[in-house]
Amino acid sequence: MRVFLSTHFQSYSGGKGAVEGRGATVADVLADLERQFPGLRFRAIDEQDHVRRHVKLYVNLTSIEDLATPVGPSDELHLLGALSGG
Amino acid sequence: MAKTRVRAGPKATKTPGGPVTVFVGTRKGLWCLTSDKARRTWRLSGPTMLGCVVHHVRLDPRDKKTVLMASRTGHLGPTIFRSADKGRTWKEATKPPAFAKVPEGQTGWVVDHTFWLTPGHASEPGAWWAGTSPQGLFRSADGGVTWEGVPGFNENPMREKWFGGLKDQTPDGGKMHSILIDPRDKRHMYIGMSGGGVFESVDQGATWKPLNKGCLALFQPDPDPEYGHDPHDVKLHPLQPDRLYQQNHCGIYKMDRPTARWERIGTTMPKQVGDIGFPIVLHPRDPDTLWVVPMDGQAVWPRTSPQGKPAVFMSRNAGKSWKRQDAGLPKSQAWWTVKRQAFAGDSRDPVGLYFGTTSGEIWASRDEGTRWTPIARHLPHVYSITVAEY
Repeated sequence: MRVFLSTHFQSYSGGKGAVEGRGATVADVLADLERQFPGLRFRAIDEQDHVRRHVKLYVNLTSIEDLATPVGPSDELHLLGALSGG
Repeated sequence: MAKTRVRAGPKATKTPGGPVTVFVGTRKGLWCLTSDKARRTWRLSGPTMLGCVVHHVRLDPRDKKTVLMASRTGHLGPTIFRSADKGRTWKEATKPPAFAKVPEGQTGWVVDHTFWLTPGHASEPGAWWAGTSPQGLFRSADGGVTWEGVPGFNENPMREKWFGGLKDQTPDGGKMHSILIDPRDKRHMYIGMSGGGVFESVDQGATWKPLNKGCLALFQPDPDPEYGHDPHDVKLHPLQPDRLYQQNHCGIYKMDRPTARWERIGTTMPKQVGDIGFPIVLHPRDPDTLWVVPMDGQAVWPRTSPQGKPAVFMSRNAGKSWKRQDAGLPKSQAWWTVKRQAFAGDSRDPVGLYFGTTSGEIWASRDEGTRWTPIARHLPHVYSITVAEY
């Protein structure tokens, strides 16, 4: 599936704003991204497996918090820096 | 515990010596100031990690090359960066400090930021300690590349009782700080927690005992509680490790071990200034000489320079008396504060002192506080100042 990364994460993805990730759930895709781009997952997901306070995940246009959310090859995952300021 | 002095200590270098480097950790990144040999002129470089909060930066005194930086970006959470070349290039830790994951359905702790870094004992090259917000203790055995929680603290059943609830913490979360290693014994350590108090371990962090008796905690009804205090900055003298000082939320204190009771030494400060503040700096060769930067802790706690007139105060006799040192500093309408990690000294003779303000100024003295000169302005809110001498 296509994964879009906001600028916050691109120091981990070699400057890429869109990458490919594989998996049947958001958790699987994040694990695949971690294999490709070490350190990326912990920037979005904390040690209790929760989405960080100032990060938002979307599957297509839906904001999600549950990493068990199923995804398919035609879905899009967005990792975005949240609107956390003025 | 025998009261002893340690022979080896910071070597005094008569001015002029080598250049001094001052790492400036700010709310928006890291800057670096480098002096000439006489410490008269300074060159500012940076920023590094622009946009990241830099809480603490420390040079490894054992190899004089490795530098660790405790950093947090607004969105991406906490991490630690490591430099193997004196801060020229940086690489992120592969396993930053993180609490243990709890079973599904339970609420676990999450590191908001690493607040404090301490190089390990001289006999343990590559060992480092880190204190976090909320209060957690972590250790690295590989020079800061990977970090593990210290179970004796992080999983201690008393931990949450020690540091209390949400209203017992500093505004942006409770802090573990002032991780002090006894130079005579790697197993003997102290930590400070805001809130929580000072604690001691004699088994390298496996067990802890509170060490707060005699210290006020005016935000609690108990006049002399066992724990729950707010030590802002605790220091151990490197040449006389049984001599401890602390700048506390409720005064300035001293303790000479094996005594286990703090003696308030700030009552000798001028009444209109008081003895509330954040940082405390010790003379590297004289255990009786120390410096503090008072702030206004009266009435509603403005946390500014008292009366808008900033000053450093120095004692040459372990707090029996204090001398105001404000030559060169603004005489009025200067309302900044100096945070707990934002004041440091070098090892030269005379000692150079450096502090950073909440308004982004860096002030330096190359004569032990007699005269102050601004060496950088217009930086972001300064969180930490650390000195590196190579």
